[in-house]
Amino acid sequence: MSSTEVPRIITSRFDFDDSHTLARYEATGGYGALRKAIAMDPAAVAEEVRSASLLGRGGAGFPAGVKWGLAPAEVWPRYLVVNGDESEPGTYKDRLLMERDPHQLIEGVLLACYAIGCGQAFLYVRGEMALAQERIAAALNEAYAAGYVGRNILGSSFSVDVVLTWGAGAYIVGEETALIESLEGNRGMPRLKPPFFPAAKGLYMQPTIVNNVETLSNLPWIIDNGGAAFAALGAETSRGTRMFAVSGHVKNPGVFEVEYGVTTFRDLIYSPQYAGGIRDDNAIKAFIPGGASAPWFFEEHLDLPLEKVTVDRAGSMLGSGAIVVMDETTDAVKACLRVVRFFARESCGKCTPCREGTTWLEKILRRILDGYGRPSDLALLMDVCDNISPGIAWPPKQTTICPLGPSAVSPIASAIERFRDEFEARITQADENRTSVPVAFPKAVSHV
Amino acid sequence: MSDTEAPAVDGVVVEINGHEVVARKGELLIDAAERAGTYIPRFCYHERMKPVGMCRMCLVEVDSGRGPALQPSCMIECTPGMKVDTESEITKKAQDGVLEFLLLNHPLDCPVCDKGGECPLQDQTMAYGPGESRMVEEKRHKEKPIPISELVLLDRERCILCDRCTRFAKEVAGDPLIHFIHRGNNTEVNTFPDEPFASYFSGNTVQICPVGALTASTYRFKARPWDLETTESTCQGCSFGCRISIDSSRDQIQRFSGVDIDPVNWGWLCDKGRFSSEAVNAAGRLGEPLLRTASGLAPARWSEALAAAAAALSAADPAAIGVIGGARLTNEDAYAWSKLFKGVLGTDNVDAQLGDGLPAEALLGLPRTTIDDLCAPGGTVVLLGPDPKEELPVLFLRLRHAVENDGVTLLEISPRRSGISSLAAVSLQPRPGETGELLRALTAGTEADRDIAGIPVDRVNAMRALLAAAAGPVKVVLGRSSVGESEAVTLDATSVLLAARPDTVFLPAVRRANIHGALDMGLAPGLLPGRVGLDAARDWFGSRWPSVPAARGLDTTGILTAAAAGRLEVLVLLGADPLADFPDARLAERAIAGVRTIISVDTLLNTTSERAHIVLAAAGFAEKAGTTTNLEGRVSTLSQRVTPPGTARPDWVLATELASRLGADLGFASPAEILAEISAVVPSHLGLTADLLAQAPDGLVLPIGATSGLPAPVAFTPTPAVPAPPVDAYAFRLVATRKLYDQGTIVQAGPHLSGLAAGTSVRVNPYDFDRIGVAAGGTVSVRSPQATLVMPIHADAGVPRGTAAVVVNQAEHRVAELMNVGDVICELLIETTS
Amino acid sequence: MARLTPDNVEIALEIIGRYPRPKSALIPLLHLAQEQDGHVTDEAMAHIAELVGVSAAEVLGTASFYEMFKFEPVGRYMVNICTNISCQLMGGEELLEHAEHTLGIRPGQTTADGLFTIEDVECIAACTEAPCLQVNYRYFHRITNEEFDQLVADLRAGARNDIPAHGTLARVRQRIPVDRRAGVVTPEDTAQPVWLAGSQEAKS
Ligand SMILES: Cc1cc2nc3c(=O)[nH]c(=O)nc-3n(C[C@H](O)[C@H](O)[C@H](O)COP(=O)(O)O)c2cc1C
Ligand code: SF4
Ligand code: FES
Repeated sequence: MSSTEVPRIITSRFDFDDSHTLARYEATGGYGALRKAIAMDPAAVAEEVRSASLLGRGGAGFPAGVKWGLAPAEVWPRYLVVNGDESEPGTYKDRLLMERDPHQLIEGVLLACYAIGCGQAFLYVRGEMALAQERIAAALNEAYAAGYVGRNILGSSFSVDVVLTWGAGAYIVGEETALIESLEGNRGMPRLKPPFFPAAKGLYMQPTIVNNVETLSNLPWIIDNGGAAFAALGAETSRGTRMFAVSGHVKNPGVFEVEYGVTTFRDLIYSPQYAGGIRDDNAIKAFIPGGASAPWFFEEHLDLPLEKVTVDRAGSMLGSGAIVVMDETTDAVKACLRVVRFFARESCGKCTPCREGTTWLEKILRRILDGYGRPSDLALLMDVCDNISPGIAWPPKQTTICPLGPSAVSPIASAIERFRDEFEARITQADENRTSVPVAFPKAVSHV
Repeated sequence: MSDTEAPAVDGVVVEINGHEVVARKGELLIDAAERAGTYIPRFCYHERMKPVGMCRMCLVEVDSGRGPALQPSCMIECTPGMKVDTESEITKKAQDGVLEFLLLNHPLDCPVCDKGGECPLQDQTMAYGPGESRMVEEKRHKEKPIPISELVLLDRERCILCDRCTRFAKEVAGDPLIHFIHRGNNTEVNTFPDEPFASYFSGNTVQICPVGALTASTYRFKARPWDLETTESTCQGCSFGCRISIDSSRDQIQRFSGVDIDPVNWGWLCDKGRFSSEAVNAAGRLGEPLLRTASGLAPARWSEALAAAAAALSAADPAAIGVIGGARLTNEDAYAWSKLFKGVLGTDNVDAQLGDGLPAEALLGLPRTTIDDLCAPGGTVVLLGPDPKEELPVLFLRLRHAVENDGVTLLEISPRRSGISSLAAVSLQPRPGETGELLRALTAGTEADRDIAGIPVDRVNAMRALLAAAAGPVKVVLGRSSVGESEAVTLDATSVLLAARPDTVFLPAVRRANIHGALDMGLAPGLLPGRVGLDAARDWFGSRWPSVPAARGLDTTGILTAAAAGRLEVLVLLGADPLADFPDARLAERAIAGVRTIISVDTLLNTTSERAHIVLAAAGFAEKAGTTTNLEGRVSTLSQRVTPPGTARPDWVLATELASRLGADLGFASPAEILAEISAVVPSHLGLTADLLAQAPDGLVLPIGATSGLPAPVAFTPTPAVPAPPVDAYAFRLVATRKLYDQGTIVQAGPHLSGLAAGTSVRVNPYDFDRIGVAAGGTVSVRSPQATLVMPIHADAGVPRGTAAVVVNQAEHRVAELMNVGDVICELLIETTS
Repeated sequence: MARLTPDNVEIALEIIGRYPRPKSALIPLLHLAQEQDGHVTDEAMAHIAELVGVSAAEVLGTASFYEMFKFEPVGRYMVNICTNISCQLMGGEELLEHAEHTLGIRPGQTTADGLFTIEDVECIAACTEAPCLQVNYRYFHRITNEEFDQLVADLRAGARNDIPAHGTLARVRQRIPVDRRAGVVTPEDTAQPVWLAGSQEAKS
C-alpha cells in the first residue's frame, strides 16, 4: 500500500507498527479532537461535520451531517450504531481502519455521540474479522481506563458506553436496518424504509444513526482541522479524501487514500504510485467501480473522476470504494456467475423476488456455463432480472425491500449487454456438443 | 375495527385506479383499496397481524408526489393525494413475476393437497399466473410432511415463507415455538429439535396458511373443498362464544374454522374448540335411549324410555326431584326444560352449574362488561378468576393483544402463577382463603404496612397503587380460580371491591359452553328465565306459565347432599357428569348411590350416566338449530349441519314429549317457536326475534330494549367477610385448577385431543421440598380430612410456598376426592409414602 | 459439555448487562457457546434461551441465519478459502481445488483426523491480497499452493499456536470497568442526555 502527496486523513498512522496502541495514538495527536469538542457546544460539533460535507463511506454516499439532522428533535434516547460489517465483494478498507487505527474510530464514535446526543453506541464488527475485534477490544479497554470512554469522559458531563458487538457471518447485515435487527438479536432481515428509517425508528424503534467505519474515522481530523479544511479537499460534490481498494488483474493491488473526486479511474488503475497497470500489460476488459453491486464499467469509463455524481450519472456507483479490475483473459460468464452466486447465497430470504430470483439466476448461469444453455436463456435471464428490478435501470428500481436482490441484476445486465457473444458462444457450443439436455431438466411443466 | 363504518372526519382522500377513495387515517392501502372494491392480491398480509411486506405480491404503483413507484400496499399507509394504480402494466408485470417466483419451487401436488380448491396460491395462479414454469432446473426438495405438533403437520416444500404462522405464534399466541431457520433460499419454518409447537392455538396456523404447507392431522385427506357444505355457528368449547364455520360432507362434520368477528374472536380459535369437531362424530355417540335392566343399560324404544321417565317424574314429590346441568344446551333447549321442571313439575331444585362456579345471582346480577370494553385501550383489568389460557383461551388472546398493543394494565390475583401472569403488570398469589383480606388491603385508604395473605407488603402496595391510578371503571374478569377454595372467598373479595369502587364492571368467567344461556333461561335455584328472581317475577310468569315454584330450591351441592341423605327420588342430569366434575367426589359418589331414579339426557355415556336408570339419547352440537349466549351475554345462532345419530333427539323435543306425557303442553313445536316465546316472555330477552338475529351476524348483547315495567332483575347482594383460617405451618393449602385438556367429553371424544390431557401431580414450591423429605419427581401421599391419594410430586416455582397445586378432572388421580364442599379451604398433609 | 459452564454463564450475564434488551446479546452468547464446545449445541441454545428469556426456537432462528455458527462438530481448523470475484480472478478457485486435493475433502467436509474443515466462502475483505484464506478467521494473504501445503503441515505439527481452536473468536475481550461504566440506556430512558442541556440543538 502506498499513497503520496495527498493529505492522509484516515491512514496517517498506517505506517507505524504500533498504530493500534493508545500510546501511538496519543503521541500523534489522538483524542485531541475529543478534548476540543467537549469544550464546544454539541450543536457546534455537529455543524462542523455538516460543513465538511462528509459523504457516507458505507456505500450509499449520504452526507453524514445531514443524516444526523434527521433524528427527530426531542426524541430520546438516540443510539449510534457503527457499521463495521464490511462484506461487499472487492471492499477492503474498514477492516484496515479497525485493525490499524482503532482509536481513531473510537474517537470518531465519541465525537458523533457527543454531537448527536447518543446515549449509547454499538460498534458492530463483522464476525469473521478476529484481529479487528481484538484490536478494538484492546483499544476500548485502554480508552476506558484512560477516561476517554464511559462515565464522565475527560471529567465532563459527557458519558457514553461504547459496546463492541460482533456479527456472525451474513453480508446482508451490512444493510443498516438488517444490522439493527441483528443487534436486536434477530435474523438479519432488512426492514422496509419507509417507515423504518433508522434515524427515526431504528434500534429498539428509537432514533438511531448508522454510520460506516470509514465515515466516522474522518471525524477526529475534521474536528481538529475544521470542516472547511476538509471541504477544501476534493471535488464539488465529493469532499475530503477516500479509501479505494484496487484488486483483481492489476500489477500492484492495494488500498489507497486519495483525494475524493479528483483522481480518475485511469490514475488509480494505471499510475505507478497506485495499482501500476494491468498484469502482463494486458488490455482491460471491464472493471467494477464500487463493489459487486455496481454495474460494470469498461475502457471508455477510465477517464471518469472518482467522484460520486459523475459516476452515478455514468450509470454505476462508487459504492464502497471497491474497484475490481478484469483483464482481457477474463471469462465474462464465469465472473458474472460468481458475483450472482454471491447475492444468491447472501439473500436474507425475506422478499420472494430476491430469494427465488437470485437463486434461479444462479442456476441458469451455471447451466449455461456447464454447457446446457438454451438460446432462450439470455432473454429469460433478462426477464428474471426485470422481475427483480423493473426496467433494469440505474439507479435500480426494485420489487424487493432492500437493494440486495436488484444488485444481482448489475453483473448480468452488464455482462450480457457487453459480452453477449461470449454467452451465445457457450450456448451454441452446448448445442453442438450435446445431443439432449440431462434428465434433471424436465420439459416445461404445467402448474395448474 | 369495523369494516363497514364510513370513515369520519379524519378521512384521507386517495385516488385508486382513477377513483377517489376516502381512507381512514393511518389505514393501510391494501385495506382501503379492498373496502373500495379493489382487491389487491396478497400472501403474507393478514389483517389481524402486523404487516411484514415479505411476499411482495401486493406491489402496486403508488405516486405520493415523486412519481409512480412500486410499493407493497400492505405496508404503506394512505396519505392525502396519493395516486394508486393497481392495474398498470408495471404492477401486473411485478405481480406476475412474484407469482412465478413463488411457484418455482412449489410442488405440483395440488390434486393431493388438502388446500387444493381453496388455496390462494392456486387461485392466484389460475387467475393471473403463467400456465407453465420457465424453470427447467430441479425444485428444492425437503422431507414431506413433518409433524410439528400432535395436531399440525408441516410440508416445507409447499411453504412460501409468508411468515404468517410464525408471526401468529409469536405475535398473537405468544408461543414462539416455530420460527424461520436458515437463510435465503434455504429458509424454512421449523421447531427447535424435540420441542414441538405445543401451543393451544396451533390450529390457527393451519387456517391462515395461504398454501397447503400446514395441515391439521384431524383433517388430512378427509375431504375436498368442493364437496364441503358450510354453515356459520358458534363454538361450544367454552363460554367465550367464538364464531366458527362448520364444514361437512356426506353428513359428517369435517372441520371447524374460525370466523372473524370484531367483538369476539377475530377469526381465532383454540385447538380444543377447533378440533372439538371430532367429538361430534365420536365413537360411542348414543343413537337410541337406554334403560337399566338386570344386566345393565340396554337399548330401548323411545316410547318405553319416555314413559319410564315420565312415570318416575310424576310419581315423585316435586321437592324430591333434582335437575343438574344444562350448559351444553341451546337456549331453546334450556328454556324448554326450565318450563317443564319449574313451570309444569314445580320443582326449583335446578342448577346448571356443578358446584365449581359462582352463584347465579352473582353471575347475572353484577354489572356486566363486554369483551370489547374489557379490552378497550388504556383500561385496567383485574383478573379474579381462572387462568384464561386454560379455561377461556381466546379471551386470553384478546387480553394478550390488549396488554401488548393497547396499553391495558392487567392486575392478576390468582392462587398460583398462570399462563397470563407474564402479561400482568402485577400478579399476586394470596394464600387460599385470604383473597378477601388482600382486596381489603388493595382498596384501603392507606398503604399496607405488613405482608397480606402471604404476599410481601411492597408487592401489595404496588398493585394497590396501580388500582388507585386506574382511570375509569375497573373491569374484572370474575370466576372461580380454584375449586379448592369456597366460592364464598371470591364473593367476599368481589363485595369488597364493589364497595370500594361502585363503578366496577364484571365479565363473568365461568367456562362451560352455554352456561350463561342456561342461567338466563332460569336453570338455577331461585330464578326464572330472564335473569329474574322467583318472587320478583312470580306475577309475570304466573300469567304466562302453568305455574311457578313456590319457594327457592336447592343448588347442585344441595341436590347432591339431599340425594346422599336419601331424600331425592329423581335426579335428572342434563348433559352433566357430577362424578367427574363436582369438586367433592365423595359427596357425589354418595349422592349417586343414594338416589332412586337417575335420568340422564346426554350425547355420550359418562361416568355418572353409566349408572343412570334411564338414558335419553340427545342430539348434540351441529345437529340442531338454536341460539347460544356467551359470557358477555351475547346471543348468537347455532346451526344444524348434520343429522343426529340414530334416533337421538334434541332436548327441547324430549322436554315437550315428557310434558305431554305428564299432561301438559309446553306450547311450542320448533326451536323457532321457542325463540318466539322467549322473545315475548323472557324479560331480559324481550324483542330478541329471529329476524333481528338474522340481521346481526355477530350476535346481539342483551338486553336490547328498554327494561322498565319489567320484573326487577336479580342483583348481587354483598356477602359477609370470610374469616381467614389460621395458618397451619405443617399443612399445605390446596389449589385446584383446570387445564384446557382434561377428561371432559370434548377432549376425550376426539382421537386427536384425548391424548393431550397430561394428567396431574401435586406441585409445590421448590423451597417447600425440604420439609417434605422427598425429591421432586418422587411419590408422596397427599392426605386431606376426606381422603388420601398417592401421587407424584413436582417442583413448581409458580406455586406459592405453603400451597399445593393439583389439576382437576385428569385421569388416574381423582383429586376431587380430597375436597369437602363446605370448607373454606382444603388443607393437606404431604408425606413420604413409606 | 453442552450447557454453558458456570464461568461462561458469568461472562454471559456480563455481556447481557451491556445491552438495553437481553435478546441483543444472542449473537455474542452464541459465539461464547461455540468457543466453549467448538460448535453450537442444542443444549447451549436452550441454555441461552433461558438466559435471555426467549424460546429455543428463536435462538435457533437467529443462530441458523449466520454462516459462522456450526451445529455439528467441525475441524479444529476451519479453513475458509475465498473464491469471490477478486480472489476468483487471482486463482481462488484453483487454490480451493488444490486444498481439496491436499486434504482429501470437499468444501463443508472435515478430515478424518478431525483437524481440518474447508469452506468455499464469500469475500473476506482482503481483496487486494488475493488469493486469500482464513484459518479460524485469522488471515493468510496471497497464498500459493506451496504455502498452503506448508501451512497445513505446520498446523498438523502443532507449530501454529497463534491460531486458537475453532470457535475462539477474539482472545481479547472488551471489559467495561464498573467504575467507568456509563450504563445501558434503554428505550425507557427518555430524558435528554445531560451534556446536551443548554445546547443550541436542544433549544431549537
Ligand atoms: C446489501 C447492502 C449491504 C451493505 N453493506 C454495508 C457494509 O458492509 N458496510 C457499510 O458500512 N455499509 C453497508 N451498506 C450501507 C448501509 O446500509 C448504510 O447505508 C451505511 O452503513 C451508512 O453509513 P454511512 O452513511 O456512513 O455510509 C450496505 C447496504 C446494502 C443495501
Ligand atoms: S432484497 Fe433480498 S436481501 Fe434484501 S430484504 Fe429482500 S430478500 Fe432480503
Ligand atoms: S401482502 Fe404485501 S408484501 Fe405480502
